[in-house]
Amino acid sequence: MSIVVENIEYTYPTGVTALNDVSLKINKGTYIAIMGANGAGKTTLIKHFNGLLKPTKGKVLVNEIETTTRSVAEMAKIVGFVFQNPDHQLFLTTVEEEIKFGPTNFDIPEDQIQKDMERVLMFLNLKNILKRSPFSLSEGERKRVALASVLVMNPEILILDEPTMGQDAIQKRNIAKIISELNQQGRTIAIVTHDVEFVAEYQPRVILMGEGRIIADGEAKDVLTNLEAMARTKLRPPQITALAWEIAKQEESFPKDLISITEMKTKLLGLGR
Amino acid sequence: MENIIQISDLEFSYGTSKQPAIHGINLNVNKGEYVVIAGLSGCGKSTFCRCINGLIPHFYRSGIMKGSVMVDGLDTREHPLYEITQKVGMVFQDPESQLMSLTVERDLAFGPENLGLPREEIRARVEEALELTQIQHLRERAPHELSGGEQQHVAIASVLALQPKILVLDEPTANLDPVSAVAILDIIENLRVQKKITVIIVEHRLDLVLQSATRFLIIHDGALVFDDKPEKLIAKNITPDEIYGVQIPSLVRLFMQLINEGIPIKQIPFNVPQAASVILKELGLIRSSSE
Repeated sequence: MSIVVENIEYTYPTGVTALNDVSLKINKGTYIAIMGANGAGKTTLIKHFNGLLKPTKGKVLVNEIETTTRSVAEMAKIVGFVFQNPDHQLFLTTVEEEIKFGPTNFDIPEDQIQKDMERVLMFLNLKNILKRSPFSLSEGERKRVALASVLVMNPEILILDEPTMGQDAIQKRNIAKIISELNQQGRTIAIVTHDVEFVAEYQPRVILMGEGRIIADGEAKDVLTNLEAMARTKLRPPQITALAWEIAKQEESFPKDLISITEMKTKLLGLGR
Repeated sequence: MENIIQISDLEFSYGTSKQPAIHGINLNVNKGEYVVIAGLSGCGKSTFCRCINGLIPHFYRSGIMKGSVMVDGLDTREHPLYEITQKVGMVFQDPESQLMSLTVERDLAFGPENLGLPREEIRARVEEALELTQIQHLRERAPHELSGGEQQHVAIASVLALQPKILVLDEPTANLDPVSAVAILDIIENLRVQKKITVIIVEHRLDLVLQSATRFLIIHDGALVFDDKPEKLIAKNITPDEIYGVQIPSLVRLFMQLINEGIPIKQIPFNVPQAASVILKELGLIRSSSE
């Protein structure tokens, strides 16, 4: 088991309770999307996965280790955290320094760092910009550099906050491909996202949050088409699902659990048969 | 119909690059149009926006601009930026970059104050801008304490206080969650309907904006490669999933695929209720064609 969250509650020092009796289990190698409106507790929850926050009540186990017993730096070797805005984690003068920063701080031998860096550069196609300043790069490139600086530590678990926000179609597809490859390598991946169309297309397991609680937890197809759960989160369903619901208002027998274009097309074309 | 923007043979190269960022652009926009611009990152969309609001050539002086841009009768090369900003308001992706005062009200008053307008006029403009963007309740708040969505409302209001005829928005919802994005887009649509403001918007989320668009532009490698009504996406027999890397909303893709299957649908819908009514109307057709 990669991550086990048992009945946690988290109250910020300001007195705001952001998580209330949250429990979940994420198996090793799972790809999961955490969704919900702003203020639902998504970011608070994922900050518990790398020990950045410790629960007020309950406990969080990552690879069987209770997060309260380790420092954030120690957890960083197991759990990589990629922020939504790459500028929040890039601060050095070249891409190379940026990527080497983490491993250097863990006293990993230089030749090992070099090898790890080569692997990551190859994987993310960053070789040509190694000597550039991160701030001279495009947004898509900066996002990849931020990811590289995390992947170089070879974490088993990877958390990405809003990886597709503000990205164009080609960048989104690249991100989906990178996530899927990392997942196939056996890594556990958790993303926080509002992007229902992205989730409808790639269909990770979905955890739906609202007001500090888990509202639904299951297959993308089941969660995104759960009218009642979606309504509680202020999330808009995927366009295809919304269309199915709208048709079903008139034609009661029309299925409400459609999520992909292919499903909808097949259903519509099959109506006469 | 009155042309409010006229662009002829526009080309621009930044000082740092020999390749033009945009080239060969010809475009006339009518008053009150809602123009959606899409294209990959780095395709020249932002450069194009800077040409409309006069930042090019006035601010990017080391670059080379060819051709001409007229906004509401002003040639952008011949008129200073402060005159152009009264015609064209610009809203950026990151609202923090255009807010700087300690209260929302002061931020809204900043532009009109700098034009040297009388006190009563400034007051009236601030009130109108607060009302149009529905943020009267935020007037005393500090912009930097607001949420991203609220900040973007303030950024739009501060531009409206200059009473522009044209609003240029460069990915205004890129950093916003879907609920805040829809709120911003509703305000913009309302400005067009109520104030007849011409809207030019760069937006990746075509599923949210195409239904409002009177015109859809795609910029690719600095050139204008698609310029038509969104409905014409089908007429041009375009590949269903994306064109020039621009992702077509799933609703539109569904209808393109149904048409390819021989279902006689003439009109592509851009929102869910429209799509449902087309399907309900055509259900008979779908049934008979699959028999």
